[in-house]
Amino acid sequence: MNRTVTRRHYKKAAVFGLLSLPAALLLYALLAQSLGTNPVEKLTHETGKWALICLCLSLAATPLRQLLRWVWLMQYRRMLGLFAFFYACLHLAVYWVFDQSLSFIYLWDDIKDRPYITMGFSAWLILLPLAITSTLAWRKRLGKNWLRLHRLSYAAVLIALLHYIWLIRADYSEVYPFAIAIAVLLGHRLVKQLQHRLYRPTQKA
Amino acid sequence: MLILPSSVRNNLKDNDVTPESLFYSRRKFIKSAGLLGSALIYSRNSYSSQANSAKFANLAQTHNIKEELTPFHDVTHYNNFYELGTGKADPAANARALQTSPWSIEVTGHCNKPGKLILEDILKPHTYEERIYRFRCVEAWSMVIPWAGFPLSSLLKRFEPTSKAKYVAFETIYDKKNPLPGQKRPTIRWPYREGLRIDEAMHPLTFMATGIYGKPLLNQNGAPLRLVVPWKYGFKSIKSIVKISFTEKQPPTSWNTLASREYGFYSNVNPEVSHPRWSQARERRIGELFKRKTLMFNGYEEQVASLYSGMNLKKYY
Repeated sequence: MNRTVTRRHYKKAAVFGLLSLPAALLLYALLAQSLGTNPVEKLTHETGKWALICLCLSLAATPLRQLLRWVWLMQYRRMLGLFAFFYACLHLAVYWVFDQSLSFIYLWDDIKDRPYITMGFSAWLILLPLAITSTLAWRKRLGKNWLRLHRLSYAAVLIALLHYIWLIRADYSEVYPFAIAIAVLLGHRLVKQLQHRLYRPTQKA
Repeated sequence: MLILPSSVRNNLKDNDVTPESLFYSRRKFIKSAGLLGSALIYSRNSYSSQANSAKFANLAQTHNIKEELTPFHDVTHYNNFYELGTGKADPAANARALQTSPWSIEVTGHCNKPGKLILEDILKPHTYEERIYRFRCVEAWSMVIPWAGFPLSSLLKRFEPTSKAKYVAFETIYDKKNPLPGQKRPTIRWPYREGLRIDEAMHPLTFMATGIYGKPLLNQNGAPLRLVVPWKYGFKSIKSIVKISFTEKQPPTSWNTLASREYGFYSNVNPEVSHPRWSQARERRIGELFKRKTLMFNGYEEQVASLYSGMNLKKYY
């Protein structure tokens, strides 16, 4: 193994450690009983927030490569996406275990009756096939369709944002940073798309 | 009644307050030891005004429930009091911003004796009781809290409401020129308003609290005077009241104005009426991990159901 490969391994391990840190801290706080008055609520909010943060970071890889030539960020994109899924799974699990008492009936009723839960669950459902097909083997197997499939992450992040907005009672200030970040990330892609069409007119035009 | 300077109120720490286990056992002891005993015990108190603390000690206990009390720290550090911030820990952190002395309450509307009363005059004639009530938040969590105070009815009767007084409206403190930290942003339209139908207001369970856990009410819990309506969602129990009016028409209430589909005027605890954000069928008792079933009228069905006989509670939620 040459030196650059080893260095890359170290870097990846470091990023992995960094992204695991919130989960580790939450686990520690849970065991130390320092999650406050409503530990379940705290766990739910924190895991949800980290899922959204990781999803936003994974969506930042491409724009940052194009704008700032941060090509190196691309090698962490999959890890970021998988961490988003990991935190989304924790988020769903905490909710299902403690809020819905591990009951599928309660879970389904809630998904059916409460629009923000419908949204949250949909976002998780979208992330599921993306996580499964994140391997190199699947990428090769799907070819061009792999990229198309993974554009569903745009839908996932928008739905997750809606899920967040709809659960707020009156104070929307905490959601602003996420809304702005997501607007920029998806806006950038929209602008690129429009530029692409403008500068390379089709035969018909 | 002696009113403590707000600095003393605000400095109340966890260890100044009797732990909930002692709260019960000491109470039994006080009862057996009688007046002398209670005087001796309370002389240990670090308060400059022992009279004030004693006001909330050794009270007659009425309408208590036999459920484990929610720890004092949780009752005072997990609050929805948007005037002091929207986070659950904000009200405790910003408690100092609320000045509770001097304090006065304006009484207006359909009554024979309206006027502006200073807090001392509001409180003076009343006999204090302690009530251990369930407290159910619309966000599907609940607590068990020992309040001290007096029935709202005994206060309202002093103003001699007329036959036109069909409702009672309440307002929380709001000074435009000097807003509280949470009032600097228009999260809800200030001041916070709440209201009750007159028969709900006169019901023996409806309570005016000035104390909690055997001490004066803390700012984050709505000092110096707050409403407690145990069979309704917590947001009906308006805090830090500065205005009471008797009205003929149903008064506008804050959460109902903000989102009427979510928060009705009545807002009785009802496990069968679903809410677009939270299933109301179950609740998390603070201190427990899993949820328990929510009781009709928060467990006060026997006492209050007759107020709503013949009403469609799915329509008047």
